[in-house]
Amino acid sequence: MRFFEYEAREVVKRAGIPVTDFGFTTDPGEAREIAQRIGGPTVIKSQVLTGGRMKAGGVKFADTPEEAEAYARDILALEINGHMPRGVLVDPKAEVEQEYYAGVVWDGTRKQPVMIFSPVGGIDIEQVAEEQPDKVGRKHFSNILPFGDFEAKEVIASTGVTGSALNKLTPIVARLAKLFVENDMTLAEINPLGRLKDGSFVALDAHMDIENEARGRHKKLLKDLGVGDEETRQAREATPFELAGEAVDSQDHRGVAGNVTEFDGNLGLVIGAGGGSLTLFDAVRAHGGQPANYCEIGGNPSVSKTCGLAKLVLQKPGVDKIAVMMSIVSNTRVDIVARGVIKACLELGHDPAEKIAIFRIPGAWEEEGFKILEKYGVEYADRSVSLNEAARRAVEKIQGTTAASETGAPGLIPGGHT
Amino acid sequence: MSILIDADTTFIVQGITGREAVNLTRECLDYGAGAKVVGGVTPGRLGREVHGVPVFDTVAQAVAHHGAPIDGSVVTVPPAFTKDAVFEAIENGVKLIVIVTERIPRRDVAEMVELATLRGARIIGPNCLGIIVPDVIKMGGIGGPARNAAQAYTPGPIGVISRSGGMTTEMSSTLSAAGLGQSTAVSIGGDAIIGQSYAELMPLFEADEQTQGIVIYTEPGGRMEAELAKWVTEHNSRLPIVAFMAGRFMDEMPGMSFGHAGTIVEGKEDTASEKIARLAQAGITVAERIEDIPSLIGDKIAERSAV
Amino acid sequence: MRKDGTFIAVEVADETAADAALATKLTEACPVDIFATADGGKLEIVEKNLDECVLCRLCMDAVGGRGPDLVKILKLYDDGAVLV
Repeated sequence: MRFFEYEAREVVKRAGIPVTDFGFTTDPGEAREIAQRIGGPTVIKSQVLTGGRMKAGGVKFADTPEEAEAYARDILALEINGHMPRGVLVDPKAEVEQEYYAGVVWDGTRKQPVMIFSPVGGIDIEQVAEEQPDKVGRKHFSNILPFGDFEAKEVIASTGVTGSALNKLTPIVARLAKLFVENDMTLAEINPLGRLKDGSFVALDAHMDIENEARGRHKKLLKDLGVGDEETRQAREATPFELAGEAVDSQDHRGVAGNVTEFDGNLGLVIGAGGGSLTLFDAVRAHGGQPANYCEIGGNPSVSKTCGLAKLVLQKPGVDKIAVMMSIVSNTRVDIVARGVIKACLELGHDPAEKIAIFRIPGAWEEEGFKILEKYGVEYADRSVSLNEAARRAVEKIQGTTAASETGAPGLIPGGHT
Repeated sequence: MSILIDADTTFIVQGITGREAVNLTRECLDYGAGAKVVGGVTPGRLGREVHGVPVFDTVAQAVAHHGAPIDGSVVTVPPAFTKDAVFEAIENGVKLIVIVTERIPRRDVAEMVELATLRGARIIGPNCLGIIVPDVIKMGGIGGPARNAAQAYTPGPIGVISRSGGMTTEMSSTLSAAGLGQSTAVSIGGDAIIGQSYAELMPLFEADEQTQGIVIYTEPGGRMEAELAKWVTEHNSRLPIVAFMAGRFMDEMPGMSFGHAGTIVEGKEDTASEKIARLAQAGITVAERIEDIPSLIGDKIAERSAV
Repeated sequence: MRKDGTFIAVEVADETAADAALATKLTEACPVDIFATADGGKLEIVEKNLDECVLCRLCMDAVGGRGPDLVKILKLYDDGAVLV
């Protein structure tokens, strides 16, 4: 989960890294008060979880508190890439001599965190790496040995930085490395890290991502920052349909019938498991089908949970039929899923044979499952029918004609933002 | 032959009294020649039995009872306790650890993997279904009940490596139906950091005489395919490889998370199209559809043996 | 006593339902809570859970191997076939 800049700066500050005397607010009047307290020129920055805010007019420089208030009012009303700002950050305009970059990320290949440092900051580190590769230092550090400040010193020195700058930067980068590990971050980045006229360093902007799986271990930090348990902060916010999917998944602890994502198509998908869902979604699109949703079933969910998911998809406006498909199952049971989806049709007053375009789930308990499907006249397929072929049949049924050619994939329209 | 495990492999199940672990133990005991599950560990349950397998409080007790080093462990304990369980196994001399548990924070996984490396042990997973040597042994839930596993997996020349547990079975079943059996199939897990990547398993398959070709399942996210492409090129591998890439649609939706935890597309190199290009450069064929895999790998094996 | 779901029906012999000891055993055995014990020890069948039945036979084992005689699980999707 990504942090807003004002939150990330707070995390940096708590780790003992110098930050400017910034303030966060959602109120223009309060922005003026903060600017007054700061005294002197300020920067007003939109707090949104998207890039390009400078270009979009989400960052303004104010000379007076009155200007700060006016800019804050404008920025608070400014939507950037579909996101309304959480608030504004009022920051003293620092006299920066030079901008540096410091970051820590995971290296999945080495399976260790890696510190990245550059004396060229303020722009994307990827760009620096491409244009001035000798100006980017990298150093991995151990997951189990205690972190040594010398490791931070080495990565900084490797980029040619020496003198008092090296000695002042070392504890900052070391603290960043430690906060990355201690807070279960997947990204901890200070960019720019500014050197001021007096030679001191200060974090001017920060990006931080905390791993969702580890949120439970950082309840205090999240509470202090005011992050709610329900905030997922995905690339786009969850739609009501997706939230309803989450509610279905959490109704009992048995298995998974969730990870619902909304699209604007007419073919409802009740699919699984992780890899099977990805494969099937691609296949449906390759045949010209327009999915109404993405989802994942796995871990042998209860009949009622499967039923709840199928009902949700069946009731989505614009959905004509559902396709129930999974890769060969060994834990999830064919008969349990069959009961769930048929029950969903019956409870909504539909004929399962009509509403279920195809049922392709081979594997555990398939004999029982197929008996159920036969009884209700639902078309089903065993493992001799590939995932791709099952997807083709589903698309064909919903179009009532021969499926479009394989290259005819329509554009993907994420739903819920019309 | 096979890689990682064979008929003589001994292992324990940590967290053996859990609902899924009880099933998994039954499945492993029933499959092939019957796995040598020499013990189970659940703290506080010393003296119980699960399908005839004795339960201990500690791994040390299991090793003492067995009277010899234990080769492996299947770890299926809740995420908050997994790291400690894996450390316990490693420090008691276990060399192969299959972690079934999902949703373990990366930091914990990285710590486990680093300790394993220091001790000369190997971790498969987390968030995986384990390893199967068709008709011989399975270690983990892979393929499900023995009867179902026997339907999908048959012995033969193909090594299978997959980031998705379910797709390991789907691909193997497709290969089996076409008369191409498997030497060993490994579900390596879907997380961003895992114990063994494709490239790390390749040397084992390379050294295995039975294996003549490799089939992999992959997804967007991470750099594991780049690492494989590099390995194959640098080592001039004798093994032809066919890859299947799911989740191509994710290229159109950066930042959204689908499927496994490792599939969050964070940068250009992680996208499906970048990966496909990189694999192709290394001579790895990327199949468009699962059903195309058998003929693609079959042809590549035939080509190599003709040279 | 018999109750029908959409896919599964459960029939329990009257003397079994009235036997508090057996009622408790059945309630404990079922992994999907199809059985409950009312105050006074009489067995109840929980209608909303009938279709969750996983055909595990644990209820039939719980009545001391007198399976279908005392507790019958019927598959309504299979012409009412009795699970044995």
